Amino acid sequence: MAQIETFYGVMRRQGITRRSLLKYSSLTAAALGLGPTFAPKIAHAMETKPRTPVVWLHGLECTCCSESFIRSAHPLVKDVVLSMISLDYDDTLMAAAGHQAEAALEHTLEKYKGEYILAVEGNPPLNEDGMFCIVGGKPFLDQLKRAAKDAKAVIAWGSCASWGCVQAARPNPTQAVPIHKVITDKPIIKVPGCPPIAEVMTGVITYMLTFGKIPELDRQGRPKMFYGQRIHDKCYRRPHFDAGQFVEHWDDENARKGYCLYKVGCKGPTTYNACSTVRWNEGTSFPIQAGHGCIGCSEDGFWDKGSFYDRLTNIKQFGIEQNADEIGTAVAGGVGAAIAAHAAVSVIKRVTSTSNKEHGEQES
Amino acid sequence: MALEKQLELGDSEEKVRKQVAVYVYEAPVRLWHWVTVLCILTLSITGYFIGSPLPSVPGEASDNFLMGYIRFAHFSAGYILAVAFIGRIYWALVGNHHSRELFIVPVWSGKWWAELWHEVRWYLFMVKTPKKYIGHNPLGQLAMFSFFVIGNTFMILTGFALYSEGLGSGSWADQLFGWIIPLFGQSQDVHTWHHLGMWYIIIFVMTHVYVAVREDIMSRQSLISTMVGGWRMFKDDKPD
Repeated sequence: MAQIETFYGVMRRQGITRRSLLKYSSLTAAALGLGPTFAPKIAHAMETKPRTPVVWLHGLECTCCSESFIRSAHPLVKDVVLSMISLDYDDTLMAAAGHQAEAALEHTLEKYKGEYILAVEGNPPLNEDGMFCIVGGKPFLDQLKRAAKDAKAVIAWGSCASWGCVQAARPNPTQAVPIHKVITDKPIIKVPGCPPIAEVMTGVITYMLTFGKIPELDRQGRPKMFYGQRIHDKCYRRPHFDAGQFVEHWDDENARKGYCLYKVGCKGPTTYNACSTVRWNEGTSFPIQAGHGCIGCSEDGFWDKGSFYDRLTNIKQFGIEQNADEIGTAVAGGVGAAIAAHAAVSVIKRVTSTSNKEHGEQES
Repeated sequence: MALEKQLELGDSEEKVRKQVAVYVYEAPVRLWHWVTVLCILTLSITGYFIGSPLPSVPGEASDNFLMGYIRFAHFSAGYILAVAFIGRIYWALVGNHHSRELFIVPVWSGKWWAELWHEVRWYLFMVKTPKKYIGHNPLGQLAMFSFFVIGNTFMILTGFALYSEGLGSGSWADQLFGWIIPLFGQSQDVHTWHHLGMWYIIIFVMTHVYVAVREDIMSRQSLISTMVGGWRMFKDDKPD
């Protein structure tokens, strides 16, 4: 491993100053929720530790994760972190192509056996033996299994790799599955989102480099530091929610006033992500700030949870699309009608048996 | 069921009158019943308005806290419901044998099944004379368990799982109930199931109230006054 240069070495080669490194370190320390004392630790790790080889595979996906990643707020990421990890293998961004690219992958897997981090963007389709996604003439499923075998850790980039996303939405004709259905023997760090926030992606890699371990994960395998809270919990429109002030219709006065988007289907209360704190594109904005509700893109199966513009989910299992209230009202109405009918029959029976009683001393 | 009602042939009329009133629901059970009634009422109304909020209030956000109060009422009533239910389970252990009827359905008993069938026929107007019961009749007991005990437990579990999301990861609610969220898929699914659970409980309440009123009129024992005063009265001295 001695021959691998450090992050800082690559950085200097790319013409990045030490000042830039320190700025990046402070930014990342803040993003990770660490104290200011951790900024020098991160800088130190970047300067001294050999960079971690990362193999970045692409299955069924739209490349939005990569697009997000290269728009990370700090130029350092684009110029250094990305170029370093793409040095090894990333078929979308690497210079090599064809057999050369596949040879590069093989080389990396052999050379850094048990040392590299496998980052997966997209997911494998299982139907027809994986024929719906072919990489280098072979099913992506095979490449994924091969690369996962000797990986130190696995990162699932985006909702595709983490949950399945749009290609796994009903009826899922290709049987696309999240990578944890295929890779069962390795720790998987899920970084969901469609796409995930660039700072979250670089933050996860930087954390692993600095501390030499995977970040603390929640029950579903997401880093707690970025996915520990809902959008709703840190939303700047939350006071309007608590006050009971909502956008009732698009473009109404309340929308102009920036009220809560709960009634027009915002999924912030059920979505775990860092959008309302880290925001997007150098902290410029995020969906709710732009006046549109959160669509819950970092949640499991968000395509199948009904309209993005309804608060209550449609329940498709009932044949026709109805939400819980519509189903409940219908069933309660049915029960109410049954009760009324039963009561009516009871009264009739009572009346007839009473008249019987008068005739022949019968008890009811 | 009605073991206490065995009378000797030569018993005086006064003894009969004494024998036909039985103390069934002890004070804690009655208290729990009416506390739960208030909780379910509060929870259903506030819960409905959490899912479909009231029209927006005017003024500054800092001057209003409507949604906050609605959620506060919902969470408080949820806490009371859950604590009362735990208390009720405790009372099933230490109370009289009627206090256990809610939780232990004697599906192993042939007599119970026969009486269940009799009750079904009574409700389908196929038998003219109902049987006497000191506690629940078998059909009532089965309905209480499958609608109320199961429904209430489900609502408490999913309710505290959703509550844990507000308290945050690592909180006591998250440690105890947080595992429920991934069990259903994600938070949105738990919301939907919790919402359906409300309608399950509402259907139970509708049926429960109807049957209680109907039985109070048409059966051979008191129903509604029993849950107030605890004593079961019988309307006749005929054998069961």
